[in-house]
Amino acid sequence: MALDKPYLDVPGTTIFDADQSRKGYHLNQFCMSLMKAENRETFKRDERAYLDQWPMTEEQKQGVLTRDLNRCIAAGGNIYFLAKIGATDGKSFQYMAASMTGMTQEQYAAMMLAGGRSPDGNRFIGEQRGEKN
Amino acid sequence: MARITASVYTSHVPAIGAALDLGKSQEPYWQPVFQGYEPSKQWMADNTPDVIFLVYNDHATAFSLEMIPTFAIGTAAQFQPADEGWGPRPVPVVQGHPELAAHIAQSVIQDDFDLTIVNKMDVDHGLTVPLSLMFGQPQAWPCPVIPFAVNVVQYPVPSGRRCFMLGQAIRRAIDSFDQPLKVQIWGTGGMSHQLQGPRAGLINQPFDNAFLDRLIADPAGQAAVPHIDYVREAGSEGIELVMWLIARGAMADVAGGPAPTVKHRFYHVPASNTAVGHLILENN
Repeated sequence: MALDKPYLDVPGTTIFDADQSRKGYHLNQFCMSLMKAENRETFKRDERAYLDQWPMTEEQKQGVLTRDLNRCIAAGGNIYFLAKIGATDGKSFQYMAASMTGMTQEQYAAMMLAGGRSPDGNRFIGEQRGEKN
Repeated sequence: MARITASVYTSHVPAIGAALDLGKSQEPYWQPVFQGYEPSKQWMADNTPDVIFLVYNDHATAFSLEMIPTFAIGTAAQFQPADEGWGPRPVPVVQGHPELAAHIAQSVIQDDFDLTIVNKMDVDHGLTVPLSLMFGQPQAWPCPVIPFAVNVVQYPVPSGRRCFMLGQAIRRAIDSFDQPLKVQIWGTGGMSHQLQGPRAGLINQPFDNAFLDRLIADPAGQAAVPHIDYVREAGSEGIELVMWLIARGAMADVAGGPAPTVKHRFYHVPASNTAVGHLILENN
């Protein structure tokens, strides 16, 4: 019997549930390995070789190599784990957040200062996206 | 006997900790946030408890995907501030209260809540940022802290209803501890925010303020709100607010006592990606 997942129609949002966690286990554990300084160094020296030590899918590896966080999330990544890639790159969390929205960091920061993204138009897939943000 | 004197609720945004640690608290961006906690620091100085029971969540720091406990109680004598990738925060080591923590674990498990008992655990910004906001930058935290970590990273997280009932079980546990301790219970995380995907940056001020109103006046009603309402209205990470219901469930009025007094209330947007909310409720 199918599980009840009422959150699938929330736009621009992937809920990290047990299915996503199962898909993303090795991707997220790779991210976790970046908590150690020596692993960060090894990764930065040869990203592809480091990733190849993990039983990740090619899609997951490409998501990491291109720093496409939305692609990583679709492949089972969780933002708290993925944030460790950004920390390895010396990027702020706000930079990472902006990168997922199609905005520059400056545009994103300005949106937050103006009160953030409005929920109006952003509650259900198919609703008109709010222009005012 | 031990008793709960008050509950404190606050966001635990990591950037707030970084701003304090880097000496930026008086910059125009951060000054209003810290200003909002000035009355709280005075209140804490006047009402320092013997122990704080601190409900928070770990952010892929102590718990990777190897093990994901829904509720984890820290029973150790000490907890080190974690290295979250930028080095540990320069804050004091957190002293635990193993005797009370073990008592609560035994009582709450017998009360049908399955806690994971953790004897070794580093604590991340989820726990240390609230301490910094309420105590500033002391050489040592003024009292022991029992960390209580809730899974809000991997869905499904515990429901608001279950959190509210757990708070009631924690109150019963503390009430039955045979030492005259004054205990505060803190609920942390939130308020509205979303950190992932094209919808990142979502903030919902009407939702947050209604949550604060209802947490004060109708916590049982708020506890009945399903997950999806938090996700849709307050952002995927806004779900952290269920942790506030644990602290609220431990207050005296939920068990038929008098209503608490609101000692302080504060709300501000933004802190980095997040809306900041804060409340102090005192038992009467």
